[in-house]
Amino acid sequence: MRSIWRTLDRGVLTDIALTCLAVFFIGLSYGAIAVASGFPLWVPAAQSMLVLAGASEFLFVGIVAAGGSPFAAALAGMLVNARHLPYGLALPPGVTGRGGRRLLGTHVMNDESVVFGLAQPDLPRQRAAYWTCGLGVLICWPGGAVLGALIGSAVHDTGAFGLDAMFPAVILALIVKDLRDARTRRAALAGAAIALAATPFLPAGLPVLLALAAVLLLIRQPAGTDRPGPGEQPTAARVRTAP
Amino acid sequence: MNSTLVIAGMGTLAVGTYAFRVSGQLLRAKINFPPRATRLLEAAAVILLAALVATTALTEGHAFSGFARPAGVLVAGLLAWRKAPFLAVVLAAAAVTALLRLVGVS
Repeated sequence: MRSIWRTLDRGVLTDIALTCLAVFFIGLSYGAIAVASGFPLWVPAAQSMLVLAGASEFLFVGIVAAGGSPFAAALAGMLVNARHLPYGLALPPGVTGRGGRRLLGTHVMNDESVVFGLAQPDLPRQRAAYWTCGLGVLICWPGGAVLGALIGSAVHDTGAFGLDAMFPAVILALIVKDLRDARTRRAALAGAAIALAATPFLPAGLPVLLALAAVLLLIRQPAGTDRPGPGEQPTAARVRTAP
Repeated sequence: MNSTLVIAGMGTLAVGTYAFRVSGQLLRAKINFPPRATRLLEAAAVILLAALVATTALTEGHAFSGFARPAGVLVAGLLAWRKAPFLAVVLAAAAVTALLRLVGVS
């Protein structure tokens, strides 16, 4: 941990800090929505620390508040969180740490920490970015949720502030450099289309997993058929040394 | 709302989510992936994230979310593509969505 400040350049650290700030604001709306739905403060507080996966927590609170069983809500939340399995596959070994530290390193695996980790060019920087973002989210998400639950009615109408647009915007901003690669972009668009087409019919979480079928576009197409245009930097396609 | 049931549900979700996080890592450690497979796995993560962006921007439950949110996300995407600072991108998403709702576009 001591070398994070030397390992990561200032731009990456700023982006991580801003992402954590955005997570904090989304946490505010989560805490506020939870208490507005009739939950006591400890529910968003405990859940934000122990589950640490925003979308599934919103879903859990929404289903239980609507009268659904907490177990059905847990299953729906797990479906949403199943994407953490392919995330774990995508992270090179060593990024989440070793020994006992790995228990925490695994817990802080989320959309933001994975995308920052994978964006770095080598293992020390991948580890530093993953952990910095992961620990930042571990502080900001529950912090935002608790504060949001406390001020509750003050940010009751989170829609008016457009806070619900922040989560997709954060993720989009983080993957946009991978999308500069034409092949990755095509597969990502196909995946997004699959997920959108499936959303009306399937339970939450499943459409996103179904999007993985778009990986087939990358397998079947022989490499090198798509040269990046001038000014495009195919970051996702950059060859990394295998661990 | 039954507290015991809610705690049990929360515990199930927490344990299940952790199990997903662990199992991907364990599989990765067991199998030695060639570089091409590694790149595919990374692309798979990007595809998952892109699908997450599309569904959270455009849908609410099983239906269309309305125009305000995807419009905000679209502006954010254009700014990000033009390499605008991260803060500007995220604030633009919230601001555009909030402004559209202010003028009555849901």
